Amino acid sequence: MSQPLTDLTMLELAAALAAGKVSSVEATRASLARIAQVDPKVRAFLRVDEEGALRAAEASDARRRASGPASPLEGVPLGLKDIFLTEGLETTCGSRILQGFVPPYDATVVRLLREAGLPLLGKLNMDEFAMGSSNESSAYFPTHNPWDLSRTPGGSSGGSAAAVAAREVFGALGTDTGGSIRQPAAHTNTVGLKPTYGRVSRFGVIAFASSLDQVGPMTRTVADAAALLQVIARHDPRDSTSAPLETPDYLADLEGGVHGLKLGVPREYFTDGMDPEVEASVRAALKEYERLGATLVDVSLPHTSHALATYYLLAPAEASSNLARYDGVRYGLRARDVRGLQELYGQTRGQGFGAEVKRRIMLGTYALSAGYYDAYYLRAQKVRTLIREDFTRAFQQVDAILSPTSPVPAFRLGEKVDDPLSMYLTDILTLPCNLAGLPGLSVPCGFTKAGLPVGLQVLGRPFDEAGVLRIGRAFEREHDFFRRTPPCP
Amino acid sequence: MPLSDFQPVIGLEVHAQLLTHSKIFCGCSTAFGAEPNHHTCPVCLGLPGVLPVLNQRVVEFAVRTGLALECTVKGTSVWSRKNYFYPDLPKGYQITQYDQPICEWGRLVIDTPAGEKVVRVRRIHMEEDAGKSVHDATASAGQSLVDLNRAGVPLLEIVSEPDLRDSDEAVEYLKSLRDVLMYLGVNDGNLEEGSFRCDANVSVMPKGSTVYGQRCELKNLNSFRFLKQAIEYEVARQVDVLESGGKVLQETRLWDVNKGVTRSMRSKEEAHDYRYFPEPDLPPLHVADALIEETRGALPELPRAKRQRFMSQYGLPAYDAKLLTAERPLADFFEACAPHAPDAKKLSNWFLGELSRLLKEEGTTVSSVRFTPTQLGELLGAVEQGTVSINAAKDVLGEMFRTGAAPANIIASKGLAQVSDVGAVEAVVDEVLAKSASEVEKYRAGKKNLYGFFVGQVMKAMKGKGNPTLVNELLKKKLGD
Amino acid sequence: MALTLEQVRHVATLARLSLTPEEEQRYATQLSAVLDAVAQLQSLDVSQVEPTSHATLASSLLREDVMRPSLPPEKALANAPASVGTCFSVPKILE
Repeated sequence: MSQPLTDLTMLELAAALAAGKVSSVEATRASLARIAQVDPKVRAFLRVDEEGALRAAEASDARRRASGPASPLEGVPLGLKDIFLTEGLETTCGSRILQGFVPPYDATVVRLLREAGLPLLGKLNMDEFAMGSSNESSAYFPTHNPWDLSRTPGGSSGGSAAAVAAREVFGALGTDTGGSIRQPAAHTNTVGLKPTYGRVSRFGVIAFASSLDQVGPMTRTVADAAALLQVIARHDPRDSTSAPLETPDYLADLEGGVHGLKLGVPREYFTDGMDPEVEASVRAALKEYERLGATLVDVSLPHTSHALATYYLLAPAEASSNLARYDGVRYGLRARDVRGLQELYGQTRGQGFGAEVKRRIMLGTYALSAGYYDAYYLRAQKVRTLIREDFTRAFQQVDAILSPTSPVPAFRLGEKVDDPLSMYLTDILTLPCNLAGLPGLSVPCGFTKAGLPVGLQVLGRPFDEAGVLRIGRAFEREHDFFRRTPPCP
Repeated sequence: MPLSDFQPVIGLEVHAQLLTHSKIFCGCSTAFGAEPNHHTCPVCLGLPGVLPVLNQRVVEFAVRTGLALECTVKGTSVWSRKNYFYPDLPKGYQITQYDQPICEWGRLVIDTPAGEKVVRVRRIHMEEDAGKSVHDATASAGQSLVDLNRAGVPLLEIVSEPDLRDSDEAVEYLKSLRDVLMYLGVNDGNLEEGSFRCDANVSVMPKGSTVYGQRCELKNLNSFRFLKQAIEYEVARQVDVLESGGKVLQETRLWDVNKGVTRSMRSKEEAHDYRYFPEPDLPPLHVADALIEETRGALPELPRAKRQRFMSQYGLPAYDAKLLTAERPLADFFEACAPHAPDAKKLSNWFLGELSRLLKEEGTTVSSVRFTPTQLGELLGAVEQGTVSINAAKDVLGEMFRTGAAPANIIASKGLAQVSDVGAVEAVVDEVLAKSASEVEKYRAGKKNLYGFFVGQVMKAMKGKGNPTLVNELLKKKLGD
Repeated sequence: MALTLEQVRHVATLARLSLTPEEEQRYATQLSAVLDAVAQLQSLDVSQVEPTSHATLASSLLREDVMRPSLPPEKALANAPASVGTCFSVPKILE
């Protein structure tokens, strides 16, 4: 094979496995070798589970021989953001407070991946409790962007994006609360899909903001994203917010193109602070869609400018409650040498959480506290309604909405660490989608002159992942940016 | 002003554990008494990543209770998180219902010395129980132990309006509520094990006032007696405070069983700020009208209605009716037996006397009784016909209770049948009188207390089987009374 | 809106976070900036708007009242920082 094995897309590898050209063990070994080669610089992995991955790969090869593949992706090795609980394998959520925590159960999506025969290579770095847009809030170390090691891969699923981009894994799962799949995908020339809220089970996924969190695939191609979504999109009776819907065939109509579609371009998403090169790439992509037979429609999402404020009240409020369980009683870190229970709580949480997490717990606690609930939390919930209604109206005119994923390309490590507001602003185009619960996709759409990737965002109607993927795929077919490999190492 | 010039104002908050098999949000067992943390799973341990899924039966029980208490059952109710830190609260929040509970505005009628009284029920909501912190001998000094078996056991919280005016009313309300919940089969009514718990909100105001005083919440009231004592103590305490020019502080006070006082639980911690907000992991709960109507149709007869019917249908005194209907299994068994018994009042006497004694003695309930209603009817018939004496019948009942054997067989095998044959009894009477000529003489001379002696002699000669009515009749005749 | 140090300490107590004096200072500044930024929401008239607390279409998924196996206690306690027997152990709770 002229091409390194690790350069194959998931579906290409799946085809090679099906044809017997390669075994899952070989593919897994190739990934492990690639990890050993580049991860000392990229630092995408918190934990490599070589033994577990190889065992699963052997089982996969044996199953294929004995009874045939368990799924179309049988044998394709993946990585997991460290937010997914993996039975018997330490899961920290990028936090000191969960160091050494070994879950007694698998997340539903992890179980689905195992049942589908995908070996799991290990746990990928992330911003602590998924709070951050750069992976710098990880309690362990920052991950580097394979396209420029001095830059962040974005966040919070930055380790996943970097590992996919650097060919360490064929694909990965991430989570997206305000853009945590799409923004790092845009910064690493990869594909990231945040499905509709309720499409993928959250059971066993460490909660950040429960009404916003959603699990999604991070891959090199749109087709891979569709194939991986096919495995994980399943109604889960253990998640009360899981939508009781049948899973469509996401690959069936993937090549259907965009001819005749109306694609909305929200004027509020092309803002003043936008990087001109990002805007140019995205505008070029919009033209491409016209050429492919779509009609561009100017739409307005008038409450967009309030999305950030809304998000930064609601998400921290839910987080402040979700993170109360890390109290040093049943698992995780417990502060030493404390006098009494209250000190145990305060010190455990004071020492166990990093600066960004504490900042958001403080903000969320404040927003929910007596006397402020109505002014902050309740008001934000009402504005959330207005933001959802913006989309409902827009989708009466158009089939999907196109925009940049991030207003800027990947920023430098350390650049925004001490300026939370400026960091928060990088999510401004992704988080309205979470507030509305919609599906959103980021597709590579070019590079800046400095060689930094740019992502195009496609937002769709609730549960129209198939439509969003088809639109993304139409562009990908014309421009195979995904074939470009990053310069590292 | 003396105590008697103040009016106590009392409202009760009851927490009743629901008799489900599994917990409210996970499949762990709700059974009491397991080894610590043997009924726990990732969900009720509050592990990272877990999500709650509501137990359907909890909703059914809440609806049933709401309808029994004449509440409005809401088509939509909302789950909230109540945030606070405590070692027995695994997630750092309790999933409960806050501003939109499943049931609102019901009532419970109770009996007071002044007649019937309507106590308004403000709300009923569902929530999860917390675990237990143990501070007993197994824990070394400076240490508390946490057992989460109870964490996630479903609770109904039933909150009354402050309509109760003294400790007796409070006790009567609590007893009546407990009876209702047990009738509905939603709660076992066990105060000691804590499956039926009560907090009391107590305040006082000058008589004639309509403005309530500042209230205190009393906790640790795990018996009817403690509820009564704690309220009485607290009312007196609040009056004292006011009389000495002080102010009653709104606070939580713990009933100290040993000292017989309530004491403040206020610690140095900041006042609670529970930061309630809608639980994002649980969508609003929708209860279909069909379920409400179906449940309404299937409601059992409640204790109060049953009691009234027992009085009218069986002609029982209020006292009997109340005791017989206190627990549904007993009432049901009574009704099963009634058609077979010659007389409802006599049946009631047997229920409240010998049967209750046997149940208590064996520490069992009526559901484990071995004999059938027909058999009990036969026994009572035998007593009525004089075939067996009341005392012998008690032995027979004991035997039926233990073995389930038919009364006729027991009477025969134990030779307990009573002699009611006039000739036979007369022969014995004659013989006794003949042997006791001097006593007969003294009796006739006026020493009437010798009568018992003759009865005793006759019964002794007949091994206790003489029909007492017949024995009396013949003795009196022969002695010339 | 400026958050006072006292407010920061109150919130930290509610959240059970022991903060250093530097952290208190820093959060006072940073949270004040965030609160200033979110103050823009006050300009919207939301008096006629219903709040959104759930993004889901799912409605009341209910579970049958069926018992499922619990974790073996050694698994339940496997991650416990301190335990006695099959209980979690904490510093003495003072009520």
